[in-house]
Amino acid sequence: MAKRRRPKPKPRAPSRRPVLVARHRAALRVSETLDLNRCERFLQHEARLLDDGKFDDWLALFTPDGSYWVPSEPDQDNPHDTVSLIYDDRRLLETRVRRLASPRIYSQEPRSRTSRIVSNVSIEDGDNNACTVRSKLLMVEYRRGGQRLFAGTAFHRLVQADGLILIASKRVNLLNCDAPLDGIVVPF
Amino acid sequence: MSNIDAELDRLIAPGRVHRRIYTDPAIFELEMDRIFGAAWIYVGHESQIKKPGDYFATRMGRKPVVLVRDEQGAVRVIHNQCAHRGAMVVATDQGKAAEFICCYHGWTYHLDGRIKAVPLNHGYPQGFDTKNPKMAMLPVPRVKSYRGFVFASDASDGPGLEEWLGHMTTSLDDMIDRAPEGEIEIAGGVFKHAYDGNWKVYFENLCDAAHPLFTHRSSIDAAQQQSDDVHSDGAGEIAIRQMRQNGAPYSFWESQVGIWTYPNGHSYLGDYHDDAKLVAALKDPVFREYIAALERKKGKAEAKRVLEVRRWNSNIYPNVSLMSQFQQLRVVHPIAVNRTVVHSYSFRLKGAPDQMFRNTISFANIVNGTGSLVLTDDLEIYNRLEMGMSSEGSEWLQIGRGYQSDVGDAHGGRRGKNSTSEVYIRNMLDAWLGLMTKGHAAPVRAAS
Repeated sequence: MAKRRRPKPKPRAPSRRPVLVARHRAALRVSETLDLNRCERFLQHEARLLDDGKFDDWLALFTPDGSYWVPSEPDQDNPHDTVSLIYDDRRLLETRVRRLASPRIYSQEPRSRTSRIVSNVSIEDGDNNACTVRSKLLMVEYRRGGQRLFAGTAFHRLVQADGLILIASKRVNLLNCDAPLDGIVVPF
Repeated sequence: MSNIDAELDRLIAPGRVHRRIYTDPAIFELEMDRIFGAAWIYVGHESQIKKPGDYFATRMGRKPVVLVRDEQGAVRVIHNQCAHRGAMVVATDQGKAAEFICCYHGWTYHLDGRIKAVPLNHGYPQGFDTKNPKMAMLPVPRVKSYRGFVFASDASDGPGLEEWLGHMTTSLDDMIDRAPEGEIEIAGGVFKHAYDGNWKVYFENLCDAAHPLFTHRSSIDAAQQQSDDVHSDGAGEIAIRQMRQNGAPYSFWESQVGIWTYPNGHSYLGDYHDDAKLVAALKDPVFREYIAALERKKGKAEAKRVLEVRRWNSNIYPNVSLMSQFQQLRVVHPIAVNRTVVHSYSFRLKGAPDQMFRNTISFANIVNGTGSLVLTDDLEIYNRLEMGMSSEGSEWLQIGRGYQSDVGDAHGGRRGKNSTSEVYIRNMLDAWLGLMTKGHAAPVRAAS
C-alpha cells in the first residue's frame, strides 16, 4: 500500500474564546492551603508560560472576571481615573492575548524573547482560599538587536477554587513606569 | 548662506520629498533653530499652573523651559537655566515654589526669572549687576495663551499667535466648548512614548486614513473576534469598540472621513466613527446625561452646534495634536534626528458626568498607551521608517496621493476630495520649507 502523506496541520487560528480548562490543572490540583511555597511555585509557573510564549495558557490562569494592570504612576490609586501602561479587564485581556497570536502583529515581527526572574515572594494578606502575593520581577526583553531591562514589583491576588489557583488580579509596578518608553507588547 | 541653505528647496518637490529631511543631523539642527526656535510652540495648559507658584517643567524643542504662574498670577515661560554657570535650575516635572534656587551656588530667582539673590555677591567684578535683565532665568520672548492653551515663541518677531493658528482656533475652541461649564483641566496623568525616529513622521501619521486597516490589522482582527459576553468593567468595552472601528473598509476611509488643511502646516482629520456608543453615543445613558448637562448650561441650540463639530485629530504645526471627542492632547518633543518622545495628556470636562472622564481614560489607554494594542504598531512603523530611510534605497519618498484631486477650502485651506489624500503631509512640508528658509525659498509648494 502506498504510503499516504499526512496533510500538514493547518496553523491554528487565534482562538475566539479562551481555553478555560487549564493545562496546569493536573500539576497544581492539590488540597493544600494557599501557603508561600505553593504561591511561589505558581508564580514560577506563570513566568515560565510567559517566557515560553504560551499566552493562551497564561490567560487561562485568570478568573473569568480577572484583571491585569500596569500603572503609569508610582503609587497609582486606581486604573479608572489615571492612565495606565496597561489596564485590561477580562474582555480586553482576551483580545490582547488573541492579538499576540496574530501573524500580522507588526510590533512582534520579529518576536521578542524574554527571560524573567521572579523572587522575594511574600504573602501580604489572605487566608487559605485567597491571598495577595508580592514578588519582585526582573525581565529582560530582547528584540531586533536591542535588549531592554524591566524591573518591578508584582502583586497577585490569588484565589483557590476546586484545588486550582487562579489570578483574580495582577498588578505590576514598574520601576520606570513614568519614563519615556517604546511600545510594550509582551506582558510582564 | 551655508550649503544646506542652498539645498533646502531642492528637497521638496511636487508630490515627493527627499528622505534626507528625516535623516540628516545638520537639517535637524536647523529645524531646532528655525522651527522650534522661532514658530509658536505649544508649551502647556493653564490648568497645570492654577495658582501663583505652580510650575510645569517642559521643553521647547530641546531647550528646557519652565511654565510658571508668577506672584501676580501672570503666565510666564522662562528658560530653565541658571545665569551663573548654566545649570538646569528646576529639576522636577511639576510642583509649587516660592522662588527658584539653583542647586550649584544657590543663585535664587523670582518666579518670573529675575534674580532675587546671589550668595557671595561681593566677590564679582565691578559692573556685576543682579538687576541686569540679561542676567536672569531668561524669559522666552513671546508667550501667549489661547483660552488656556499656552504657546511660546523664541523669536521676538513674527506673526501673532492667533494669526499663526488661523482657522485652527476652532479646534482649540472645540476642546473647551464641550465642557458644560466651559472649562477644562488636564487630569489623569501622562503617557510618554518614545521611538527611534524623526519627529516629523509622528505628525505625518496622525491624519493618515489609509494606514489603520493595514497597520492595525492584528488588533482589528482580535477585537472583531472578541465575544461581548465576557466580563468587562467598561474599560475593555471602549477599547474594543475603537479597535473594531479601525477595521472599517477602505471605501469608508476614502469617502466618509474628510481631511482638511490650513496655512502654516495645520490640518485635521474628520471623525470616522459611526458607532453610536463611541462618539455620538446618542443611546448611551452616560452620554445622554452629558448632553442634558450641556443643554442646561448652554442652551439646546449651542449644545447641538458643539456636538455637530466632528473632528478626529487636529494637528497644530509643529508640535501639538488635539482630539476633542475624547479630550486628548499630544505634544511632540524632538530629541535628536532619530529620536522622538511624545507626551500624551487627557482633559476633564467640567460639569460632565464622572463616567465620561473614565471613558476618556479608557480611550487614552487604547489610543495613546505605551502598552496599547494599537499604538504599539504605530511605534513600530516610526522605528521602521527610520531604519528604512537610512538605507540606500529610493531617495525620493512619495507623498503625492490625492495631488491632482485636492480642492480649495474656506479659510485659505485645502482639503482632500478623497479622505486618504496625503495633502496634510504636503501642507506640513510647505510650512516646513517656509520656516526653514525664513520665507526666502522659491515656493516649490508640495501641496499646490
